[in-house]
Amino acid sequence: MTAGTANWSFTQDDFTAITESLLRFLGETKSRCALLVDRSGQLVTTVGEAPGLDTTAFASLTAADYSANDQLARLVGENDFSSLFHQGEKESIYVADIARRLLLVIIFDSRTTVGLVRLRMKDEIGELTLLVDRVFSRGRNGVAPAEHLLRGADDEIDKLFNW
Amino acid sequence: MINYASREINCKIVYYGPGLGGKTTNLEHVYGKVKPETRGKLISLATETERTLFFDFLPVDLGTIRGFKTRFHLYTVPGQVYYNASRKLILKNVDGIVFVGDSQAERMEANLESMQNLYDNMSEYGYDLTQMPFVIQYNKRDLANAAPIEDLQAALNPGWEVEDASKHRVQPDPYHAGQNLVEQLPGGEWVEKAPYFEAIAVNGDGVFDTLKAVSKLVLKALA
Repeated sequence: MTAGTANWSFTQDDFTAITESLLRFLGETKSRCALLVDRSGQLVTTVGEAPGLDTTAFASLTAADYSANDQLARLVGENDFSSLFHQGEKESIYVADIARRLLLVIIFDSRTTVGLVRLRMKDEIGELTLLVDRVFSRGRNGVAPAEHLLRGADDEIDKLFNW
Repeated sequence: MINYASREINCKIVYYGPGLGGKTTNLEHVYGKVKPETRGKLISLATETERTLFFDFLPVDLGTIRGFKTRFHLYTVPGQVYYNASRKLILKNVDGIVFVGDSQAERMEANLESMQNLYDNMSEYGYDLTQMPFVIQYNKRDLANAAPIEDLQAALNPGWEVEDASKHRVQPDPYHAGQNLVEQLPGGEWVEKAPYFEAIAVNGDGVFDTLKAVSKLVLKALA
């Protein structure tokens, strides 16, 4: 496979580390919740309060939104816009790139300010980048558990399509 | 992407093809037919005249395999030439492609242009279309001006050369008796074609056959 799913996968340990880091960030910035979305629009995880929205649709739109802005950046001669901020009356969202593979979306309300979220974001991006790089370097080394999960599962896959 | 924490396998399938070819109709049919509990919302970013502007998106759960929920994210791209920048974005990290061709003879040029555009956009991402799950759907088979399948196949799915000698063996087309997906030409060259399906997407004919075929190829690519 040259593209897509087979290239990487998260383990429980990755999740624990990512979740702990994000929980700390949410506590420090008094933000509601964090969503980690991959650049193809798939939700990786949510941390914090239940977002109370359709997270699958949200993840897909976030990736599209970010990708469109990435292209806008190039058109004006920038490599990228490293983050996006959408301000609402009650709820706002802040989106930042992690290692050019994932997007971190922070949903926050009037309990905090965009200034505080932005201030702490830089450290958080650094921390998550280290964690995420670990996941991807493992994928590149060909020892991602994803490689093994479906090995020999051809019969099961066939059964899935008996409809 | 395999998510061990939520025990999900997420795959991205993109419906590509010329404008007004029936990509959105494919998704609408799937949305209308699958049980509500196994699908999410159908999101359409369209113009006020319902032409796809950015994409349509539909998540569908196909079932569980080895304890993992398999979720397919179906996307369409805007077919019109004008929207290439946004079309290309949707291809990012794609796992499987469905090319929805318009069978009408007068749309042949548009089909070819779109197929070429797909190859170009994929190669710009460093993806090789011939090495990934890829199926072709010839839509609008019910129309009087629909071109013969042989003509469509010759133009859009002539086959690509198989260089890997270990794959030089005849592979019958499981969907069309008497035809092959991999075969040797009289000149000695081995070629592989993408599986194809005939469809009338407005009635739903061929829609699930196409989806099943590409989904299966995607999962088998992981196996």
